[in-house]
Amino acid sequence: MGLKIERVPAPVWVRPLIPIIAVVVTFILTAVLVVWAGANPLEAYYHFLIAPLSSRMSVLEILVKATPLLLTGAAVTFAFSSGYWNIGAEGQLYAGAVAAAWLGTLLGGLPSFAAIPLMIVGGFAAGMLWALTPALLRVKLSVDEVVTTLLLNTVVLFVISFLLNGPWRDPVSGWPQSPQIAESTVFFKLIPRSRVHVGLIVAAITLIVVWFIMSRAALGLRMRAAGLGQNAARFAGVNVERTMLAAALISGGIAGIAGVGEVAGIHFHLIEGISPGYGYTGIIIATLSGLDPLGVALAALFIGLIDTGAQTVSRALGVPAYLGDVVQAALLLTTLGMFVLQNYRVTLVRGEKRA
Amino acid sequence: MDIFLIGLIAATLRVATPLILGTLGELFCERAGILNLGIEGIMFFGAFVGFVVAGASGSLWLGVLAAILAGALAGLLMAFLAVQLGVNQHVSGLGITLLLTGFSLFSFRLVFGEPRVPPSIDPFSRLSPLGETPILGPIFEQYALTYIALAIVPLVWWALYRTSFGLQIRAVGENPEAADAAGVSVYRVRYAALMIGSGLMGAAGAFLSLAQLGAFTYGIIAGRGWVCIALIIFGNWEPIKVLWGALLFGGVFALQLRLQTSGLQLPYEVFLALPYLVTIAALTVAGRNASYPAALLKPYKRE
Repeated sequence: MGLKIERVPAPVWVRPLIPIIAVVVTFILTAVLVVWAGANPLEAYYHFLIAPLSSRMSVLEILVKATPLLLTGAAVTFAFSSGYWNIGAEGQLYAGAVAAAWLGTLLGGLPSFAAIPLMIVGGFAAGMLWALTPALLRVKLSVDEVVTTLLLNTVVLFVISFLLNGPWRDPVSGWPQSPQIAESTVFFKLIPRSRVHVGLIVAAITLIVVWFIMSRAALGLRMRAAGLGQNAARFAGVNVERTMLAAALISGGIAGIAGVGEVAGIHFHLIEGISPGYGYTGIIIATLSGLDPLGVALAALFIGLIDTGAQTVSRALGVPAYLGDVVQAALLLTTLGMFVLQNYRVTLVRGEKRA
Repeated sequence: MDIFLIGLIAATLRVATPLILGTLGELFCERAGILNLGIEGIMFFGAFVGFVVAGASGSLWLGVLAAILAGALAGLLMAFLAVQLGVNQHVSGLGITLLLTGFSLFSFRLVFGEPRVPPSIDPFSRLSPLGETPILGPIFEQYALTYIALAIVPLVWWALYRTSFGLQIRAVGENPEAADAAGVSVYRVRYAALMIGSGLMGAAGAFLSLAQLGAFTYGIIAGRGWVCIALIIFGNWEPIKVLWGALLFGGVFALQLRLQTSGLQLPYEVFLALPYLVTIAALTVAGRNASYPAALLKPYKRE
């Protein structure tokens, strides 16, 4: 028995259905885990996808979760579209968080309208700085950026651990957390009685800027050319190295802003587990979006829903909240498969015939 | 030879063991033309499955076997995505890492709940085949898996360069069209390479949980998979050179453990980060002349 694969593109009307099919397939596959955890899959998926949308608090919580994801998704999309494989959004996010924790204690004397923009600029710069080494190694010495960005994601955790157990250890509580940031540097709440903070607006604006650069600016055009094929881009007169460097640094900066939001909008100090992998989730979001900024917005909201839903399922049915991580990763792989399968017709053939 | 150096060499071999296994695993994948970024997750999955099976069955070796099979299964999934469907290898590999990490943590909660201390197991004991021989005795007081890892290095070299299967692996990694024209089933060879390679990655994880730590913790792999990817480039896709890379990293890692307790006035995180920074530096030196397998990252579509 084997698989027979023919190249038959799916009809046009099928294409918008692909994400929906991917979601359905993912939930069917992960139902096995729900059953293993001793819960009814239908009940679990009610708590996963419907229940979070039925209360004010959890809808707002989805927006809270989506805030860093919009930024990391945008960061990864930006780099990937130029053919630069920045897997380091996680580390760049942490770099931004470090900058926010530092500036947050430094800028206390300034009014909010000056302090908050400075926090964002500082986080952007820190993210850029953390992205600089792999980017320079890539364009100057052609050292593979996938490996270096991944390794630096591990290194940044040691930097944080050093800061929190050493110079920044909270002198009041003695916990491994940095001193609380000043009142004027806190990202104010957008909606009362919720955790939704101004970072959501910052993320939305960032996404619009990313959309503008990618689709309307000369840099975006050069990035796309480099992403499609470096030799062809060079032939067309694009300075591929400079374009990649710009894309890599801006990408790192955007991820850095995500870290600022988590410190200034949610935790108010730097702590060790400030990101449960938002940088890696950004890769999932970028892929689900097809490297399209509008798609990033939708995907970030959907992943925000899954994150919130995983907590709901965990509370209601005792299914470990890690189910959310499994669902996200499975969704990524299913979507990848669907993108390919839409161009093919796969049939099972019995007997000797093979693809 | 003083006791410090002997201890350092012995620790180097120990620390290098999972890197040797993981790197050789990745070598199989990459020589066949597939970058397997699932390695970090597959090592984590191997560490977890090995730990659970060893705990449940009471046999450490059964745990290792289960970890290898779990790795091979993950390799099968990677092969389906990257070989059969031909999807982007960067993203599918990372997806597999995220999937297996999430799945292992999910299963961990179901099996162990939320323990205050990581669950532990009576780990493998070290063998000392040279007994009390001066110098060599204490250096070669190692786990059986360390000896196996060292023995696999020449075995992999032999398999890659002296067998027809190895020739097929190299052929599909360099020029799949030509290999196909010569009657080699590109898909089948790549499937096999990914399953064997990922099985080795699973064993690397099991070494950590069943020998080195004797426990399963969330941070058990801590980027070792990514180090393996770097060591391949450093070793220019050659099994023997890759071994030197693993020993170098193992040496730096063992050295930093000793420097931490040496009374040097530096924060211990500096030492922890050292091996990763050395790896990046080594890549910078070696990466320029890296000769990637020509078909790496390129899916093969037979039209």
